[in-house]
Amino acid sequence: MDKTVPDLAAALADIADGMTLMIGGFGGAGAPIELIHALIDRFRATGGPTNLTIVNNNAGNGRIGIAAMIDAGMVAKMICSFPRSADPRAFTEKYLAGQIELELVPQGTLAERIRAGGAGIPAFYTPTSYGTDLAKGKPEAEFDGRMYVQERWLKADVALIKAELADRQGNLTYRKAARNFSPLMAAAAGLTVVQAMRVVEPGAIDPEQVITPGLFVNRIVEIADAQQEEALMRAGVAYS
Amino acid sequence: MSNKLSNAQIAWRAAQDIENEAYVNLGIGFPEMVAKFQPPGRQAIFHTENGILNFGESPPEGEEDWDLINAGKKAVTLKPGAAFFHHADSFAMVRGGHLDVAILGAYEVAENGDLANWSTGPKGVPAVGGAMDLVHGAKRVAVITDHVTKHGQPKLVKRCSLPLTGVGCVTRIYTSLAVIDIVDQRFVLREKLAGLSLEELQAVTGAELVIAGDIADLVAPEI
Repeated sequence: MDKTVPDLAAALADIADGMTLMIGGFGGAGAPIELIHALIDRFRATGGPTNLTIVNNNAGNGRIGIAAMIDAGMVAKMICSFPRSADPRAFTEKYLAGQIELELVPQGTLAERIRAGGAGIPAFYTPTSYGTDLAKGKPEAEFDGRMYVQERWLKADVALIKAELADRQGNLTYRKAARNFSPLMAAAAGLTVVQAMRVVEPGAIDPEQVITPGLFVNRIVEIADAQQEEALMRAGVAYS
Repeated sequence: MSNKLSNAQIAWRAAQDIENEAYVNLGIGFPEMVAKFQPPGRQAIFHTENGILNFGESPPEGEEDWDLINAGKKAVTLKPGAAFFHHADSFAMVRGGHLDVAILGAYEVAENGDLANWSTGPKGVPAVGGAMDLVHGAKRVAVITDHVTKHGQPKLVKRCSLPLTGVGCVTRIYTSLAVIDIVDQRFVLREKLAGLSLEELQAVTGAELVIAGDIADLVAPEI
């Protein structure tokens, strides 16, 4: 078994208009910048994919990554918990102009909805958001004397993930807090595409150290000198 | 001491109630200061929602690792015994009642324990982050806040007027003037600044202060 592909274009094949994409990362940690920028390149060259729904904790920062996708006009809807950042211009301008939709989800509920999507659990109850505006319209129920809100699973057509190590069968490790949503998203997407800092042979990652088992991964592209979003931000880089 | 505590002094006071080896989440911004003021001999273990237990202070400028950040996206360091985990585990720690204390900021706290700290109304872009999860997160949910708004209006109120973060979730409030517990949907005064009369404190508080037992002087060192 070998899930590696030769380049970013091959990794991103089949991503089409109207799809839902989960993109790993919390702030700059774990953001798969090369995959995102290659998708923007394809949009510029071919006009697609567009009308995308993006799932991420945030809604982009500066003029790179998800913010650059929004600037390019590829994104119809964001599902996120915190659409603010050091430089949230890209999302804010489109949102205030009514050009992008927002589904605001509490951070832990977002994580659990993604987990449920990957785990085959269509709905669950959480105490989070009970009695608040974000619970409006959702079923509620009492369990053991306490009120809970029903939330639905969240699945995606594609997940874009940044890993530290990947073996050819798709077993992954992550670097420090760059892990965040990625193991959940890898399980919740129909097609999971990984950019890894280093691709190794099966067996080279100690099975005790595997964070995402290879079963959840479909394609791997090695990006040895991957850029870090926060470092790009601080260097003033723009991809818009 | 001036006529009210500074933010650092409020954070210091809140830190005095954190037990040794407690698992603690500090909200983004002002609550993060609490970590600096742990009493000697006590060492809490700090949790950050994005997936770290037992992180330490920021590294010197130029030595940041941007894959090692807290929920406020500030660079942090690790202490011995630190652990990384994904977001579902992180919020299992939160909602599952595994944290001892969460200390959060507030726009308004009501006498029934309701908290409003995520939205100032329909203008602009709404953002919630982990606030709604954290209020259900800990065995003890405390708030640190100035006693009044920038315009002098009470932040401790009968009922919140701003969008709620959580219902009946706050148990203790540390303000620039007082320490107040919420017991049976009432504000119970525990400590107040020595130079402040009960009448003066009540005048800047939006709901009745209940006196049950002795009121201690609220004291904090000059910081």
